[in-house]
Amino acid sequence: MIHEPIRTVRLHVNGAKHERSVEVRKSLADFLRDDLDLTGTHVGCEHGVCGACTVLLEGEPVRSCLLLAVQADGASLTTVEGLADGERLHPLQQAFWDHHGLQCGFCTPGILLTAKALLEENPHPSEEEIREAISGNLCRCTGYHFIVEAIRAAARP
Amino acid sequence: MGAKYFGAAVKRREDPRFLRGEARYVDDVKLPAMLHAAFLRSPHAHARLGAVRTEAAARVPGVVAVYSFGDLERWMKPLPLFGAPPPGLAAAVKFEIRQAQQFPLCRERARYVGEIVAMVVADTRARAEDAVERIEVDWEPLPVCVDLVSAAEAGAPLVHEEWGTNLAVGFRHAVGDVATAFAAADTVMGETFHIQRYVGMPIEGRGAVAVWDRRDGTLTTWNSTQVSHFVQQGLSAALELPPHKIRVIAPDLGGGFGTKASGYAEDVLVPLAAIRLNRPVKWTEDRREHMMSAAHARHQVHAIELAARRDGTILALRDRIWLDLGAYNVWGIVLPYNTVAHLLGPHRIPSMAVEFQAVVTHKTPNAPYRGAGRPETVFAMDRAVDRLARQLAIDPVEIRRKNYIRADEMPYDLRMPYRDGNPLVYDTGDFPAVLESALRASGYEEFRRAQAGLRARGVYRGIGISGYVEGTAIGPFEGATVKVDLAGHVIVATGAVSSGQGHETSFAQVAADALGVPLDWVTVIGGDTAAVPFGVGTFASRSAVTAGSSIHDAATQVKEKLVKAAANLLEAAPADVDIEDGQALVRGAPASAVPLARVVQACIPTFARPGVASPDFEASAYHHVPTVTYASAVHVAQVEVDVGTGHVKLLRYVVSHDCGKVINPIIVEGQVHGGVAQGVGGAMFEEMVYDDEGQLLTGTLMDYLVPTATDLPRIETVHLEYPSPRNPLGAKGLGEGGAISPPAAIANAVEDALAPFGVTIRETPESPARLLALIEAGTT
Amino acid sequence: MKPAPFAYVDPRSIDEVVEHLARHGEDAKILAGGQSLMPMLNLRLARPSVIVDLNRVGGLDSITERDGVLFVGALARQRAVERWATPRLPLLAAALRLVGHTAIRNRGTVAGSIVHADPAAELPALLLCLDGAVVARSRAGERQIIARDLFHGPLMTSLRADEGVVETRWTLPPTAAGWSVREMARRHGDFALVGVAALVILARGAIARVRIALFGAGPVAVRAEAAEHALAGQTPKPALIEEAARLAVERLEPMSDLHAPAAYRLSVARTLTARALADALARASEGGH
Repeated sequence: MIHEPIRTVRLHVNGAKHERSVEVRKSLADFLRDDLDLTGTHVGCEHGVCGACTVLLEGEPVRSCLLLAVQADGASLTTVEGLADGERLHPLQQAFWDHHGLQCGFCTPGILLTAKALLEENPHPSEEEIREAISGNLCRCTGYHFIVEAIRAAARP
Repeated sequence: MGAKYFGAAVKRREDPRFLRGEARYVDDVKLPAMLHAAFLRSPHAHARLGAVRTEAAARVPGVVAVYSFGDLERWMKPLPLFGAPPPGLAAAVKFEIRQAQQFPLCRERARYVGEIVAMVVADTRARAEDAVERIEVDWEPLPVCVDLVSAAEAGAPLVHEEWGTNLAVGFRHAVGDVATAFAAADTVMGETFHIQRYVGMPIEGRGAVAVWDRRDGTLTTWNSTQVSHFVQQGLSAALELPPHKIRVIAPDLGGGFGTKASGYAEDVLVPLAAIRLNRPVKWTEDRREHMMSAAHARHQVHAIELAARRDGTILALRDRIWLDLGAYNVWGIVLPYNTVAHLLGPHRIPSMAVEFQAVVTHKTPNAPYRGAGRPETVFAMDRAVDRLARQLAIDPVEIRRKNYIRADEMPYDLRMPYRDGNPLVYDTGDFPAVLESALRASGYEEFRRAQAGLRARGVYRGIGISGYVEGTAIGPFEGATVKVDLAGHVIVATGAVSSGQGHETSFAQVAADALGVPLDWVTVIGGDTAAVPFGVGTFASRSAVTAGSSIHDAATQVKEKLVKAAANLLEAAPADVDIEDGQALVRGAPASAVPLARVVQACIPTFARPGVASPDFEASAYHHVPTVTYASAVHVAQVEVDVGTGHVKLLRYVVSHDCGKVINPIIVEGQVHGGVAQGVGGAMFEEMVYDDEGQLLTGTLMDYLVPTATDLPRIETVHLEYPSPRNPLGAKGLGEGGAISPPAAIANAVEDALAPFGVTIRETPESPARLLALIEAGTT
Repeated sequence: MKPAPFAYVDPRSIDEVVEHLARHGEDAKILAGGQSLMPMLNLRLARPSVIVDLNRVGGLDSITERDGVLFVGALARQRAVERWATPRLPLLAAALRLVGHTAIRNRGTVAGSIVHADPAAELPALLLCLDGAVVARSRAGERQIIARDLFHGPLMTSLRADEGVVETRWTLPPTAAGWSVREMARRHGDFALVGVAALVILARGAIARVRIALFGAGPVAVRAEAAEHALAGQTPKPALIEEAARLAVERLEPMSDLHAPAAYRLSVARTLTARALADALARASEGGH
């Protein structure tokens, strides 16, 4: 038996209700990955710089590595697993696929969710606005070129 | 062979799982009863290790085991070393080489901050880290050597005392007659350039999960590695198990870039713990660990001289080169000789003399990272060429036009060996054409015309050029096994490992064409040692050529078998049988077509009859390339400098390149973009910084600056194609190319922008602080 | 990297918060936005024994304007304040857009950044520029600390260990005021190497009031008072701006670090001050937009 303080967390993730007992020092990112088996949210730095852990909290992008799981009690989250509608990909996912907007895929979930929030607030962003919006998501593979094209393509209709 | 897929911009088939968050990276691997490892890493750059007391750590709740060297002594074998000179190279160049053994755990001394001292295994990573903090170590700090130039000199603190020196690799090499050329020259340009220590920094760090099956004595390990077979070989030696009892699986990798293509202590420590504890053990590297223990790279000084005629013809080159390898010389002659082999690049320079000193210092050890010596050497060369141009008042384009090797001089023999020991002969390419293409695409002429007017208005813009020739697709081999199943569908297994390059698509394209099946019928498995017994891995821009050629060879063999079996089934001659779109048919008789599944099934013996042929539709091929094949490119950068702050804005970046025949153009373009982005990082932002005590000052991503989307423009690419004669695909490697020229092109552009201030760029990264100091010095 | 163990409490009222602070003092840390604290916890650079999560205390996220003062509750997120300020207080909005990235600002609080007192952060300088203050609560009651008295050193404020900030207050300048924020950062969203915030109010073509605050130019954010005195009452002219910029950096002692030596910060502070003043004056002439 381990003597670490724990709390119960009840939250919605991608529309589904979850209840778990969690150690208070566990990050939201680790909680999603370990306790809910939602491994699409990635951990790249644990100091809030790389953006790979980005999820939507009440629809707004946040760094899940900088939130304690217990802080999400009562909250509603969207992770990358919540983007597709069954077999049908979200238009952003489709656009990334069509435009080669990913290579290793590690930064992709964070960028997809950041882009989703961007397009909801600003449906027709300029290239500069897109680059600024994703400037908090580091990618080492793509040079961002096709990522920006994918987001523009998703914004077009 | 139908070329239905080869050359097509096929959408990547692996993307859906990545887009849905359903990929499986090493940290996504979960096994029942899994434990977590954390490491105590040396806080000292150089210190003697005394007692290691682990009792308090072992008492932390949740901790299962704590190991230091003494606890695992029986299993402490030296980590693998690479980079012995192949015979052809050793015959031509006299290398002084020293490689010291490194053990997975420090035995009596730590030689860099980050070197592993002890391992803790616990039920959670957090509790393992709690325990790591409770390990007590008696350290005796020792003198530290951190400067690469003084490390080579007498009196510097020694990293490996038994060497009596810090020189890990030393050699001289000369071609032609440098002394006469320098004496005859109208002008000599000499300059010293510093290329900083910078690294791959994949967004996913390293990691390993290991599980031991005591029933059959098999170890399975998932390892975020680019070189599964190397890891397997290392484990086989360390654990004293035959290779087939060790399965190394490279899962999805979140980037590699060479950082994950080296041999590491954790590769063996995690399996050791799993075997000792008879429970699965996972270790996932965190970013701070990564900064201090994943391989470092670059870090060279070039004191270069060019001897030239007044008209800009370069007669000879001398270069004295230092390389800081960190504490262990893991890679032997690879980085040093790579540097030298790529120095001349596209330039016709008949005489060259180099002196190379690669030293050890008390820093994290180096391994090849995207470019592996080429970015550094191209920086020295292209900067020297620009400085020479300035000295002679010749335009940087004109001097390159004069000195670039012409198409009619190809194949061009540099009269020295390549790193693989074979003669360094450029096979195909047209460097002047690539140069002109880049100049056209970047609007060089218009830029020059507008530049003076802008300067008069206080807008300082510059344009810079860099060109390289890159030996790609180094051998000795890669392997592939191709099999067909009952449904006629195809499995391709190879030792190549994808870390974002899209192998599941591009290799499927090669196989589908070779076999005549739909693309969707092909599944590609990479980096699983159980799927293919011998392999090398993905690095050095090699897999499209080496794995691609093996896949082509093996698939061709399988096709022959299928054709023979189909011929029996269709009662025709094999020469009259084709396979198209997954069907076997007699040529010219479409009605005869049968699905491949039928062909396969017809070969399976029944009670009543043997099959129409043996159901052996499997082949393996280990394509041996004769030597590397030479890709080339010219990059052009346009910048604007704010002379009040030193801030550089990258306005445009253009790449014109040749990588031979292309399997998938969109994947190729993505690779160029990614390479350029890392090159820009090296040019302007990234640096691993140590203080005088060998403490790593850049410990997080707040200090190590990876370029973001606002730091990069669109990357404009022009493709030229000069097929390679050295492999059946006609392809050349391209994974690294993008990263080679940016530091040189950008430095040349910045210096061009700041010409009115008389600025000379001698070091990278060109940070605003450095540039402003140069500008202010130029203004006084 | 995982945090060292800690006890976690999430009180529902300010009174409970101050009780925890009174009881634990230096051993407790308030968790508001978490964008500064969580990295430090993860890196084990901070090891409080108790984390006091402020986020469940109601009524702390208000953003209200009254009698020329902007009252921002301790839990108001940077992004929320950015949205409020974009049409109403563009100086603050512009500064907020330089703070990290959207994901950081969605959680980070204005009060948190001020209390964290990073010498390179924008918001402490903005608090100085806008004649601001914080309101701190403890068991002993409430007190207001004006910006000038708040910042003691790098990451150090005059707040006691038993005090928690419940509100920040900002003096709203007249709408016709000219403003500018200029900073030099390695990458967009990074901490500034050095930066300047400027506010200028003109009256009949002369400078009636001016505020200049610098960040990244020393151990704390500072007002450039010598420059302000030189400008007060004067008619704007290029030579005057240059002189003000020179005065602004005259007594500064910036820090040298990995990213820039002190000399660089000094030089760029001067350049950016001149540019910020020119911007602010241009905006003031156009009526503040």
